[in-house]
Amino acid sequence: MAEEAREGRSSKDHFEVRILRQNGPGQSSYWERHRVKYEHDMNVISVLQRIAAQAETVDGKSVAPVCWDCNCLEEVCGACSMNINGRVRQACSALVDRLLEDNPSEIELQPMTKFPVIRDLMVDRSRMFRGLTRVKGWVPVDSYENMGPGPRQTRATQEVAYPLSECMSCGCCQEACPQYTKIELTRQEGESEEDFSARKNEAFDRGFVGAHAISQAMLFNSNPTGKNAAGERLDALMAEGGIQVCGNAQNCVEVCPKNIPLTTSIARAGRATTLHALKKWFDE
Amino acid sequence: MGKKRVMVVGGGLAGLAAAMKLAELDIDVDLMSLTPVKRSHSVCAQGGINACNEQTRQLGDSEWKHFDDTVYGGDFLQHQPPVKEMADWAPRVIDLMDRLGVTFNRTHEGFLDRRRFGGTLYKRTAFAGATTGQQLLYALDEQVRRWEAAGRIKKYEFWDFLGPILDDQGECRGCVAQDLVSMEIRSFPADAVVVATGGCGLIYGRSTMSMVCTGSAVSRCFQAGAKYGNPEFVQVHPTAIPGADKLRLMSESARGEGGRVWVPRTPHDSRAPGDIPENERYYFLEERYPEYGNLVPRDIATREIFDICVNEGLSVETDKQCVYLDLTHIPVAELNRKLGGILEIYEKFQGVDPRLNPMKIFPAVHYTMGGLWADYQRTAEGGLEPGSPRNQVTNIPNLYAIGECDYQYHGGNRLGANSLLSCIFTGLFTAPGLQNLLESQSGAAAEMDASLFESERKRHQDQHDQLLRRDRGGENPYLIHQELGDVMTKAATVVRRNEQIQEAYQTVSDLEARAAKCSLSDTGNWTNQNVVFTKALQDMFPIAKAILKGALQRDECRGAHYKPEFAMPSLESTDAAGRQAEAEAWCDRFEANNEKWLKSTVVRWDGSEPDIQYEDVDTSLIEPRPRLYGLVGAEVIMEVWKARRAKQKAEKQADPNAAATVGS
Repeated sequence: MAEEAREGRSSKDHFEVRILRQNGPGQSSYWERHRVKYEHDMNVISVLQRIAAQAETVDGKSVAPVCWDCNCLEEVCGACSMNINGRVRQACSALVDRLLEDNPSEIELQPMTKFPVIRDLMVDRSRMFRGLTRVKGWVPVDSYENMGPGPRQTRATQEVAYPLSECMSCGCCQEACPQYTKIELTRQEGESEEDFSARKNEAFDRGFVGAHAISQAMLFNSNPTGKNAAGERLDALMAEGGIQVCGNAQNCVEVCPKNIPLTTSIARAGRATTLHALKKWFDE
Repeated sequence: MGKKRVMVVGGGLAGLAAAMKLAELDIDVDLMSLTPVKRSHSVCAQGGINACNEQTRQLGDSEWKHFDDTVYGGDFLQHQPPVKEMADWAPRVIDLMDRLGVTFNRTHEGFLDRRRFGGTLYKRTAFAGATTGQQLLYALDEQVRRWEAAGRIKKYEFWDFLGPILDDQGECRGCVAQDLVSMEIRSFPADAVVVATGGCGLIYGRSTMSMVCTGSAVSRCFQAGAKYGNPEFVQVHPTAIPGADKLRLMSESARGEGGRVWVPRTPHDSRAPGDIPENERYYFLEERYPEYGNLVPRDIATREIFDICVNEGLSVETDKQCVYLDLTHIPVAELNRKLGGILEIYEKFQGVDPRLNPMKIFPAVHYTMGGLWADYQRTAEGGLEPGSPRNQVTNIPNLYAIGECDYQYHGGNRLGANSLLSCIFTGLFTAPGLQNLLESQSGAAAEMDASLFESERKRHQDQHDQLLRRDRGGENPYLIHQELGDVMTKAATVVRRNEQIQEAYQTVSDLEARAAKCSLSDTGNWTNQNVVFTKALQDMFPIAKAILKGALQRDECRGAHYKPEFAMPSLESTDAAGRQAEAEAWCDRFEANNEKWLKSTVVRWDGSEPDIQYEDVDTSLIEPRPRLYGLVGAEVIMEVWKARRAKQKAEKQADPNAAATVGS
C-alpha cells in the first residue's frame, strides 16, 4: 500500500526526491522530500538546481536550498560525489532517466558517510588531499627553470601512467572501502586555526591513507624523476594507516568513476613495500 | 622582505603556476579559491597545449609563426609583444610540464606526440589523452602541495574573494574574502594581489564553463576601479553537447584527429547517419574552406554551423539545432588512445557511443578573450622585459591579472590549445616581476595601520548582513540568472544585431534592478550557498553591460564579434578587371575599418554604467592583414593587398621622415 501511494506521487511529469539533510556538523540528520518537474536530459545536478530555485518541500513548506558541492558538471573535477539511490557516484553523470528506470518512485540522495558532513550533501574531504601529501604525490624537480625536456618515455609507460593520473580525488573509493572509517574532529574552545589544523592532520595521518593515495604513490614511483623519492613513498605506505590496513575488499575499483585500476596499484604497492622492507632489513 | 606576502586569487593553471614560481623565489603566498584548487575549471580543457617543436621546425615552423598564427587568428586585436613573448616561451613551458610528470601522449620512439589544432597548418599541439587541462592542472596542484607541505604556500579553499582593498593612494594592499563554510568575512593584507579567476561564462546561463566561472572576482575588481578590456569578445566554441544544466565541451581535438562535420543534404533526413551515402552528405566546412577544412578557426566554424542550422535549415533534428561531428571512420583503438576521455563524456551524458555513431553537436559560449586590462613592458626587440613589475599589472598598482581573466593574449578570437599556454605562461612569467615589486616597496601591508583592513572588512560585513535581513517574497536569484542567460545568449553570441543588443541592454538593466531586490531562501550563517550565489549574480551585471555596450558600439566584424550588417563582402565580379576593381575597393574599406576599429575597447565602471574608451593596439611586429579564410576572391584581394604594402614600403624608404614615424 505504502509502495502504491508513493508511486502515485511520482507521476509522469513530476518525480520525487528524498534527501538526507543535516544543518551543520554534529547535528542530527533528517529526511526531506521534494517534488521536481520532469524535463528531458536531466541529471542530479539539474534536479538540485530546480530544488534550490523552488526552496519548497513536497508539503509546501519553505526551506533553505539544499547545499551541495559541484563544479565542472562533466565528471572531471571530482566535486559532486554523493550517495545516489544507495550508490556513491558523481551527481553530474547520474542521469534522471536511468535513475527513474531503476526506481520509478523516487530518487534518494545522501551525503557520503566516510567524510564529516559540513551541511546537507556537502562533506569535508580535506583528509583526501592530506593523503596526497602523506605519500609525497609530486615529482621532486630541482627547479622551474628552463632545463630542457624531461626524460624520454615509451608509449607503454605513458599508457600505464595516464589512467592513474586521471584520479580526481572524488572520494568514491574511500566511501566504498570497509577499512576507511570516518574521522571527525571539532575545533575546541580557544583552539587556534593552526592548532586545529595540525591536530586534524595528525589524526588523518594515523587513519587509513586510502586507495587513491596508494595509487598516486605508484604513479609517482613509476615516473623517471619521481622514482628518486620512491623509498620515502613506500615508507609512508608502510607506516600506521598504510597499505597493511587494506582488507582487499576490492570495492574501490568497483565504484571508481574513472575506472582506475586501483587494485592493480594496491597489488603493486604491496609487492614494492615487501621488497622495500626486506631491502631495509638487509641494509641495516 | 620577511613579512611580505602575495595573495593569489584563483587556483587554476594561472594561479597555481604563479603560486609555485613565487614559492620558488622564496616569497610567501596565500592561495585562495572558491573550490579545492584541484577542482578548478582548467580540468575541463581537453585538447592540448601549443608550442613550436622539433618536428614542426623541420617543416618550416618557428616561434614567430606560432606568434603570427595567434595574432592572425585573433584578428590583430592583441598587443603583439605579450603574444610574441608567450610564443617564444611555449616550448619551455611544455618542457617544464613534461619534467613535472604530465602524462603527455608519446610517439613510438618516446617523444611527445603532437596533434593539429584549428587556425594553424602545423602539428603543434602536445596532449595528454583528451584530458590535457586536467593533467596539466594536476602537475601544478602537486607542486603547490609540495610547497604547502614546506610551509611556503597557505591555501584558503572554499573562500570567496569579495574585493581588493585600496589605500588612500588607490594602491592595492590586500583583499577581503569570505569563508564559504563558516561565512566569516576577513581582511587579508597582501603586498600584491594576483587575480587568476578565469572567465565569466555563467553570465550566459549555460556555457561550457564550470559553476565557479561567474566572473564575480573580476567584476569586483572592475567595480573597484580596474579597467576591463575587450568585453565584447566572447568565444563561442563550435562543438558542444547540449544539456539541461551545462553545455559540455566536445574538444576541437575531435576534429584535429580527423573528425568531420556534416549534415544530410536533405533537410532532417530521417535515415540513420550511417545509412546516408557519401554523396548525400554535406561536409560544409571542407567544401567552403578547402585549405583548413574542419580546422578553420573557432569563430568561423561556429558561424558556419550556426548558418547551416539557422539560415539553411539543415539541422540534423527538427526540434533542436545540431550537426554531426563524425569520428566513425577512425579505428576504435586509435580513438580510445587519443580521445578516450572526451568520447566517454559523450557516451556517459548522451548514452550513445560516438565511436559507432556520429555525435550531435552545436556551438556554446566557451571562453572570454576580454578581461581585466593589464599592462606590459616592451623590450626593444618587441618582447616583454623579464622581471618587470609592469607585466600583467592592472591600472590599480599592486593588483595583477593573469590567465583567462586578463584581456591580453587572444585578441578577437582565441586559437585552440593556446589558453592553457597563456595561463601557465602568465603565471610563471609574472612571478619574477612580483619579486621585484615586493623588493621595491618600502613597508609590508601586514605592518600597516589595521584600520584600513578593518573598515573594509566591516563594509563587506554590513553588505552581507543587509542581504540576509531582506524581507521574504522578493525576487528569486536563480530565476533572474536564467533570464539573464537567455538574453545574453540571444543578443551577444554568434550573430549580433544592434537593435537586438539595444533591447537586450534595456532588459539586462531591468534584470539588474530586480536582482538588487532579491530575497534569500536561506538566511542562515552557515555554508549559505544561496547568499553567495546572489552576490555573484548581482556582480554579473556590470560585466554583462560592458559586453553589450562594447558589442553595440563596435560596428564592424572582428574575430568572434560578428555583425552581418558590417561584414566584408566576397568578390562577385566574374571578369578579371571587375575583380581587380572590387579587390581595390575591398582593401580601401579594410584599411578604413582598421583605422577606426583596430583598437582595444577599454571600459571603466562609473558606479552604474560602463564607460568606454578606445586604445591603440601595438601592431608593430606583424602588420595587420586581411583575414580571408574561405572568402570568395581571397587570392585577388591578397594580391592587391601585397602590391599596396610593397608600394607603401617603397614610398616610406624614399621618404626617411615617414619611415621614422613608422618605426617609433
